[in-house]
Amino acid sequence: MSSGDASQAVAVLAGLELLTAVLLAWRGPASSPRGPLAVQGFALAGLVAVIGVAEGEPVLWLVALLVAVLKGVVLPTLVVRRPGRTARPDPARAAVARPVVRPAVVRGRSRVPLLLGAAGLVVVAYLAARPVARVVTGATGQALPVGFALVLVGFALLATGRRSQSQLVGFLVLDNGIATTAFLATGGVPLVVELGVSLDVLLVVLVLQVLGSRIDTAFGAGAPGGTDLDQLRELHD
Amino acid sequence: MSGEVRVVVAVVLQTVVVVVAAPFLVGVLRQVRARWEGRVGQGLLQPWRDLVKLARKEPLQANGSTVVAWVAPVVVLGSGLLLAALVPTVTTAGPARLPADLFVVVSVLLVGTVALGLLGLDAGSAFGGMGSSRHLTIAALVEPTVLLAVYALSVPVGSTALGPIVEGRLADPGRVVAPAGVLAVVALAIAVVAETARIPVDNPSTHLELTMVHEAMVLESSGRDLAAVELGSWLRLSVLLALVANLVVPWGVATAGDGPGLPALAVGVVAVVVKTAVSGVLLATAEVFMAKLRLFRVPELLTGSFVLAFLAVTGSYVIG
Repeated sequence: MSSGDASQAVAVLAGLELLTAVLLAWRGPASSPRGPLAVQGFALAGLVAVIGVAEGEPVLWLVALLVAVLKGVVLPTLVVRRPGRTARPDPARAAVARPVVRPAVVRGRSRVPLLLGAAGLVVVAYLAARPVARVVTGATGQALPVGFALVLVGFALLATGRRSQSQLVGFLVLDNGIATTAFLATGGVPLVVELGVSLDVLLVVLVLQVLGSRIDTAFGAGAPGGTDLDQLRELHD
Repeated sequence: MSGEVRVVVAVVLQTVVVVVAAPFLVGVLRQVRARWEGRVGQGLLQPWRDLVKLARKEPLQANGSTVVAWVAPVVVLGSGLLLAALVPTVTTAGPARLPADLFVVVSVLLVGTVALGLLGLDAGSAFGGMGSSRHLTIAALVEPTVLLAVYALSVPVGSTALGPIVEGRLADPGRVVAPAGVLAVVALAIAVVAETARIPVDNPSTHLELTMVHEAMVLESSGRDLAAVELGSWLRLSVLLALVANLVVPWGVATAGDGPGLPALAVGVVAVVVKTAVSGVLLATAEVFMAKLRLFRVPELLTGSFVLAFLAVTGSYVIG
């Protein structure tokens, strides 16, 4: 693979990551984040594989496989899984508990500010990454701003998400951004490091998912995506 | 034949082809939709028959309508014809005096949009005003997207004229799949759907007063005026659809040089008719499976397409 092909492939995959990040910001409250997240994970894995081929390091193939399985399959599946739905609350307690009144329709907020904000963040990322991209040599430096942009958009999603699921999605986009930056800036991360980081992320998502389902059970939310922040504003017994 | 004459011949041929084919394209869209819905359909010729019927009738004006009611249909038709001449559909050759520049094309589009909006307001009827207000709101959100998307496409070529952009994609097919190019074409496609009043922004076949946008504005027109407005809108639909088709699949278009010869033009005509018909079938099929968006959701869709165009511009500097 020539360096021109490699940089073209890196550009396509980085563009795909950016596009899925925007789609995740664009997504309505009822649509599942699984598809875009999986595409983003596979694009990241593809990026690692391309870097592996370009740098001639077979270890990166293992890393790419790990990333594809974890970020392309496991984590997106975990995010959309709702353990709260199967774990029924104790019937004795449920009979006593006051029924929680909640809106029948999922209220969608306008995502225009978030979308425009994401566009602005991409520009900020481009400006912020310029000094770093100048230092990085090879085919990967030019796509480095995409990693920064993913980090910033992930933070925005994390900060503005009103449901546990959308906050988790923001966290995963943030993590993908960090991973993208790491791979593009250093030309590949050692297997041990990537393994440690992946296990950390997996553990965090599992813990947050359990926590989210506990909150759902306690507050009786049935809306897709978990309990809304509005339902946590006042005290419940 | 000198180069100058050849270019003129090519542009005239292109305009004639678009004018003849535009009602057929609308017929294809309606027929495909009818077949998907299990109806027989009215046939591909029906839009042409409607046009001929309307053109023979004397236009009636509402009480209190002004000169705008006479002028606006002509302006709508004129802007459609000018678009057909300027935008590279059959050939990328264009008149040197009036280049198919990004800003020229967008302003010609906008002239037609504003004329249609004024036509809806002129008679003072409630529905016309509602339609005009919605139409102009959508136009104000769409035009920046069109500008940005075409600008993103123009960055790798170094020219904002549409002809060289299409030629550049023909010469270097790698650009067709480059991320910035894909983002820009997707943004442009959404903008075109909004600009031409198709589902999910507007329903072209509705006559439900509370939801219609385009139909509300032409309610007061009749006879020849209605024929002019309809043909103008159809021209705009066909030209924009053909432009998107030419950007995605640039092969077959007659390139400029010093003026394309007749064989190249013949290939160009066949290619653009096939491409536009295929994209029309795809558009109509996609529409069958979609519902019209609520009006308050439309800005969200258009902001999304604006952000895609914006990313395409930044991306064309960052990731090529």
